[in-house]
Parts: sequence; C-alpha cells; structure tokens
Amino acid sequence: MARLNVNIGSLELKNPVMTASGTFGYGTEFSDFFDISALGAIIVKGTTLAHREGNPYPRLAETPAGMLNAVGLQNKGVEYFAEKIYPAIKDIDTNILVNVSGSTVGDYVACAERIASLENIPGIELNISCPNVKQGGMAFGTCTASASEVVRAVRRVYPRTMIVKLSPNVTDITEIARAVEAEGADSVSLINTLLGMAIDAERRRPVLSTVTGGLSGPCVKPIALRMVWQTSRAVKIPVVGLGGISNARDAIEFLLAGASAIQIGTYNFIDPTVSMSVIEGIDEYLNRHGFSSVQDIIGALEV
Amino acid sequence: MLLRAGIQSYMKYMLNLRVTENRTLNADYCLLKLTHDEVLPAMLPGQFVEVLVEGSPTTFLRRPISINFVDKSRNELWLLIRLIGDGTRQMAAYRQGDIMNLLLPLGNSFSMPEIKTTRTLLTGGGVGTAPMLFLGAELKNRGIEPTFLLGARSEKDLLQLDEFRRYGRLFTTTEDGSAGEKGYLTQHSVLNKEKFDIIYSCGPKPMMMAVADYACKTETECEVSLENTMACGIGACLCCVEDTKQGNVCVCTEGPVFNTKRLKWHD
Repeated sequence: MARLNVNIGSLELKNPVMTASGTFGYGTEFSDFFDISALGAIIVKGTTLAHREGNPYPRLAETPAGMLNAVGLQNKGVEYFAEKIYPAIKDIDTNILVNVSGSTVGDYVACAERIASLENIPGIELNISCPNVKQGGMAFGTCTASASEVVRAVRRVYPRTMIVKLSPNVTDITEIARAVEAEGADSVSLINTLLGMAIDAERRRPVLSTVTGGLSGPCVKPIALRMVWQTSRAVKIPVVGLGGISNARDAIEFLLAGASAIQIGTYNFIDPTVSMSVIEGIDEYLNRHGFSSVQDIIGALEV
Repeated sequence: MLLRAGIQSYMKYMLNLRVTENRTLNADYCLLKLTHDEVLPAMLPGQFVEVLVEGSPTTFLRRPISINFVDKSRNELWLLIRLIGDGTRQMAAYRQGDIMNLLLPLGNSFSMPEIKTTRTLLTGGGVGTAPMLFLGAELKNRGIEPTFLLGARSEKDLLQLDEFRRYGRLFTTTEDGSAGEKGYLTQHSVLNKEKFDIIYSCGPKPMMMAVADYACKTETECEVSLENTMACGIGACLCCVEDTKQGNVCVCTEGPVFNTKRLKWHD
C-alpha cells in the first residue's frame, strides 16, 4: 500500500480525497453508506453569518453529464452550526472544514471568527465564488481587488488553515489565485460551478427560479482540469482540484495536473460511496505504477 | 384520531437488485419487480427509492420512484414507472435478470392510524396511484379497511385495479367517462356521501391541492406525497425544497409525505 497522506497548510490529510461543500451535507447524511472518517477531509455545507432561506424552488436542472443548481446557500447560520451541528460531527475522525460565505466583508470575518472558536474545525474554505446569491459570493471572487480585500480581512482573524475557493467565471483564474496567495491564503480550491442556464422551450420559461445557476458534474471536468493545471503553475501554495470528478482516474488526472488534493462533488449524488472507490483507485494506481507515495504524482504531468 | 407519524430513521442502503419481471402495462406504464439475494431492507408506504439509470446518455441523475408495493413473501419490490422521459424509457427496457442499482428506502412515510375503525381514503391520480397500493395493503394488514379513490384520464390509465380490490373498496373516476364516474377525482359522489377521518393523496399537484381543499373544508386530516424535482434523495443537495410554514425543507428527507397543515397551500 502506497502512502496517501498529503498536507494542505497545517492540515494533515490521511489521503487526498475530500468531499466538496454543498454536495455532502454535514457528512452524516452519508454515514449509512460508508465510514466517512476514511475521507481525507469533509467540507460541510456553505455557512453564512445569518440564517439564509436560499432561493425559491425550482433549484435544479439536469444537463447532459451534469446539473445546474440554484440553491443559494440555504443554511441556518453559523450560530446554529456551532450550537446544533458541530457537537454531532466534531468527533468524526477526519478533518471537518467549514465552507464560509457572506454578503459583506464583515459577514465573512464574523463567520470565520465564530468558526475559529470551534476547537475541532481545523480549517475553513472561504467561498468567494458562489454564483447563486445576489450579493457577495461570486462578486468577491471575480476581481482581484475584492478577492484580496476579503482574504486579507479574514486572514487577520483566522489563524488556522484557510483554503480559498475560486470561481471559474473569470477571464484569468491565475490572477485571482495569485492575489489571494499574496494575502496569506494557505491554499486555493478550484473550480466552483460555472454559470449556466436552462430553458423549458415548451413553456418558454427558464427552468431555474433564478434563471441562471451553477453547472457541475462530469461535463465541467476538462475546464476544471485546465484551470488546475494553469493555477498550480502560477502559485506556490497547494491547489485543491475539483470539478466533475467521478472516479479514481479523474482524481489522478487532477493530481497529475498539479492538485495536491481533490474534492468530489456532484458525483456524490449519483454514487454516495464514490469517494471510497476513488481512495482505493488512487492506491491501486500508485502500486501499479511503482510509486510509493501520492506525492510522487502531484504535478507529475509530462508535457 | 391517533396517528403514528412516519419513521424517518430507517437505515439507507445502496443495493444492486435483480429484475424478476418488467411488465408493460400499456404504452405509458410498466411495472418493474425487483429482488435481492438477501432479505430486502424494511420499507414503509410513502417511502421512495433512487434508481441509477444506465445506458441513457441524457440521464445523469438518479430517478426518484415511489415504492408501489413490497411483496415480503417473494422478497420483491415493485416500482410503477410512467414513461415520461429518456430515463424512465430506459427503465422500461430492463429485462428479467438485469441488475439495477438503487438507494433505498428514502424519505418518511404516511402516518398509520392507531385506531382500527379509522375511516381512511386513499386518493391517487395517474402514476400517483403507485404508493397507495402499498399503503392500502399495510392498512389492511393492520386491520384498517382502506377506501381507494383513483382517477385517470381514461380507462386504459387506471392500473392495477385487481391489486387494489384485494385490500379495500375501490372507486374510480375518468376524465372521459370511460370507466367509473366521469370527471375529476374530487368530483366523485363518495366524497358527498361519506365522511373520512384521514385522506392520503398522491398525484399531480392540482389534484392534490383539490383534495387538500376538500379535506380542509370537511376538517379531515390530509397527507400528501410531493414529487419535487430531486437530485441526491438524501438531504445533501437541498434542491428539492418545498416552501412550508417552517421555511424551505427538503422533500427527500422531511417528506415526501407532508400533512397539508404544514404546507402553504391554503394561505
């Protein structure tokens, strides 16, 4: 068996496989299907300072090899998370990270400060890339000035590992990655969903209540892979790759492209145990190719 | 009237089930019967499964399907499929011996009356009749005589009638009058002649809203099974929400069965 452990900032992961925020609930939704503590990390649902009802139904449109969502960060707020959810998940034997989002810099800061007070949350994923909220979210992640501002502000109050989740809906993702690296981000994760749209031609109406939504699933993988490749060569901090990963081969491609770890998102809906097969498949690949550690294949693409 | 609320904490499984029969009922419907080498997990009326559809290039997500019936003696799960898109058409192509991957059992269930004399009315429209068979059988099993009221466009769309008759009284309506009383389900004469303690409903939303309206006017308990568009089926994606008096809640975990008092239909 090859060594699968990787580090992201001060986080030690037993393997490079994480589950992506918004696709894995709080982890416990999947515990009937497998031992979730076997994961490298679990990134729980996007959390905001205040309760959010999210967008109206319908929030989902199926696409070829993927789906559009317009959930809009529905969550009960960070205080509810700290009081009601954290106690139930804090002893899961893996890294539980919280995806932090907000409408203003102040919201991000206050939410991150509250999370910092929770002993068993070793890191956050700062979400500056949600396409489904009117204010904040992706607006912060699509220009370097606002991305820098929010990361700088959160960095002042948040001492643990901070991964910044980047939007693909930009001209040059490496510029944003470099900007947040300069402000002290420990890592960047990419990609969040691509802004898309679906139309019901019979009714001449949009499918989603918000008209546009975020595209995810296997259909986005080539774009995600390209962006991970570009970004890993542009920054020194570790890159966490995600976007359409549905099996071990996909995950290995991201590692080869330069990702130090990967996240599995939408495919959790198709196969709730997919992350286990990915961990096993990475190990099998390393053994088959004679690598003793997953570190040996990170960025090992021969061009 | 005492009601025992649906149990929500059944263990969920991902299983490969084997098709024992896939019967074409008419041009729009098929009945899939599935079995497993081991005893099927416990399932309750109102719960659903998520079927992985293989072999359809346009179908990415699993398809949520109501549990039509569980035949414990044969260790069989029945799914009534209405062919509406590529995913369901692909399901109609499965043959005896094929393997289908399912997540089950998902969601809550219909409430079970504690008192045997409870007068129950089970209303189903179109493919929404599916969960009423399992519910009726379970009520009968507990010594409660169910009354079924099923509606369809025309006679050919009224399915599994012999199965329903096994468990209780059966009334039908068709829009074209080809079977039963002519008109919509909520126009059936039994609703004027008799009083019920609880009405269960599954079908098109306008039908369920009309049933809920009748229940409200006659001060009858009413539970409906919602069919919001769904991805994960286990409360992770938050796509299938219904706007209730408690805000947006997932139909897949807090439903699919809702007491209509919880919904905003009468506001």
